[in-house]
Amino acid sequence: MSLSTADVRKVARLARLAMDDTEIEAARSQLSGIFELIEEMQAVNTQGIEPMSHAQELSQRLREDKVTESDQRELFQGIAPQIESGLYLVPQVIE
Amino acid sequence: MLNSSLKQMAAALRANEISSVELTGLYLERIAAHNPSYNAYITVNPEMSLQQARLADEMLARGQAQPLTGIPIGQKDIFCAKGWRTTCGSKMLADFIAPYDAHVIEQFNAAGAINLGKTNMDEFAMGSSNETSYFGPVKNPWDQTRVPGGSSGGAASAVAARLCAAATGTDTGGSIRQPAALCGITGIKPTYGTVSRYGMIAFASSLDQAGPMARSAEDCALLLNAMTGFDERDSTSLQREKEDYVRDLDLPLKGLRIGLPREFFAEGLSPDVAARVEDALSEYRRLGAVTVDISLPNSKLAVPVYYVLAPAEASSNLSRYDGVRYGYRAPEYADITEMYEKSRSQGFGNEVKRRIMIGTYVLSHGYYDAYYLQAQKIRRLIAQDFAEAFKQCDVIMGPTSPSTAFRLGEKGDDPVQMYLSDIYTIAVNLAGLPGMSIPCGFGDNGMPVGMQIIGDYFSEARMLNAAHQYQLATDWHSRSPV
Repeated sequence: MSLSTADVRKVARLARLAMDDTEIEAARSQLSGIFELIEEMQAVNTQGIEPMSHAQELSQRLREDKVTESDQRELFQGIAPQIESGLYLVPQVIE
Repeated sequence: MLNSSLKQMAAALRANEISSVELTGLYLERIAAHNPSYNAYITVNPEMSLQQARLADEMLARGQAQPLTGIPIGQKDIFCAKGWRTTCGSKMLADFIAPYDAHVIEQFNAAGAINLGKTNMDEFAMGSSNETSYFGPVKNPWDQTRVPGGSSGGAASAVAARLCAAATGTDTGGSIRQPAALCGITGIKPTYGTVSRYGMIAFASSLDQAGPMARSAEDCALLLNAMTGFDERDSTSLQREKEDYVRDLDLPLKGLRIGLPREFFAEGLSPDVAARVEDALSEYRRLGAVTVDISLPNSKLAVPVYYVLAPAEASSNLSRYDGVRYGYRAPEYADITEMYEKSRSQGFGNEVKRRIMIGTYVLSHGYYDAYYLQAQKIRRLIAQDFAEAFKQCDVIMGPTSPSTAFRLGEKGDDPVQMYLSDIYTIAVNLAGLPGMSIPCGFGDNGMPVGMQIIGDYFSEARMLNAAHQYQLATDWHSRSPV
C-alpha cells in the first residue's frame, strides 16, 4: 500500500508532530514499506474470530473507595517545564 | 569475582570475603574504564550506588542478608528509580529525575541489591539494535563494530562485558531475548502479568513485560524471584502465590518433550544459527529429552500484527509527552498547538515518530476495522496455535534471532529489515507466554548464537530447569568476550 503525502500530513497533525516537507516525504516512503508488510494480514480469513485485546482474560479489579495517595505537588512540579503558584503554565488557550 | 555466579557472590559477601562496597566499587571502576567504549550505561551515580552498598553491608553484618543483598545490578533506563535520572533513551526525558520508584526497583531495594546505574536502550524501547537511543548506540562486547541487539542492548552489553553482576530488561517484542542472544547471555521474559509494570515507562501496555538478563539460568531464577509478585498499582498484575523459580533447577530432563516449530526452521534463518540450534537440540536429546515436530501456522503473521498493535498502543501511551507536566518542552512557540508539536518533534527521535504515526493511522477513522481489529483477531489465532502446540510438548525450542549480531548501521535505512530481526520472538509477546534465550555457540563470524525456549503460561520454573541442565552440560554461557 502506498500512502499519499496528504495522508502523512494528516497523520502527523493528528499525532501533534511538526514535520517539514523533507521529513514528510521520508516518512511517506518508510511508512509505505511498513504498510506493505502489514497488508499481509488482509489475506487471512478471520470471520467469527473474537478479537484478542489482552494476553490474560482479566476483569478490572476494584478497590475500596478511600484515599491512598498523599499530596506530593511540590515533588511532582519540581520536574515541570514551567510552573507558577502551584499551577502548570502553558500558552493562553482561551481568549 | 567477575565470573562468579550470583550464588557464589552472595556466599562471598556472607563469608565477609568481600564487602558490597568493595564489589560495587569494582564494577564502578570497570564502568569508568570501559563504558566509554561500550556505551552500555546512560547514567551512573557512584555516590548513590555506594550508599546502597553501605546499607547492604549493614544488612549482611546483621545477618539479614537475602539472596541478592549486596549484588550490583544494572537497571534498564526504562524503570523509574527515585532520585535517578530516568531517560528511556530519549531526549524527551533527558533531564527527567524520577520522583518515585518502579515496583521492580522497590523489590530490588527491599532485597538489598545495588542499583549500579541505568543501562542504555533503544528510545522508548523501540528498536532491535540499540541504535535509536538518543544517547548513542551501544557496542557489542564481542565485536565493537556490531550491535548488541535491542531494545535492552545496554543491559546485554553490560552483562557480557562484566560491567554488572546482572541486569534487568523489558521485552515487548523480543527486547530481552534478542539482545541476550546477540551478546551471548541468558535472559527471560516471564508470563505477561508476572512482573508489575508500575513505574516502567510504557511502550505497548498489553505486551510490555520486564525480566532478568544475566550470565546463567540459575542467576535469572534468583533475579526473577525478586522481580515477580502481585502489585495492586498495575491493573494487569496477576494475583498469584509467590513462586520460587529456583526450586526445579536440578530436576532431570528425562522425558521432556521439546516442540520444534517447523516455521522457525524455514527460509530466512542463517545456516550457522540453524546448525548451532541443531547442536543444542542434540545435547538435549543426550540429556533425555525428546523432540516433536509442531506447527505454528500463523506465526508468520506475528510481525505484521505486532506492527499494528504495538504502535497503536504506543501512539496512545506516548500522547502524554506534551511538554506540560514533565519532559522536554521546545524553547520557542507561538501557541499551545505549536508548543505540543514542536516539543514532540524535537523531543522524539525518528523511529518513535514513525511508530506514533503508524499507530495514529491504524486507529484513525475508517481504518480501525481493517487494521486494528483484524490484528487483534489474528493475535487470537497466534495464541491458539501455541495452545494447540502445548498439547504435544512441554516447551518449544528454536532460534531466538534469524542471524547473529549485525553491523552498526547495517539496517539503518530500512525499518522493515530491522523489524524482521524479531520474527521468532514477537509471537510470544502477542500470546503473553514466557520466553527465554540461552547461548548455544558461535556463528561463522564468531558472534554468539542464542536458542529460544518458549513455555506455556507460568512454566518459567520448567524453562529455567531446562536451561540450567543444558548449562551444566555445556559451557557456552560462561564464555566471555573480556
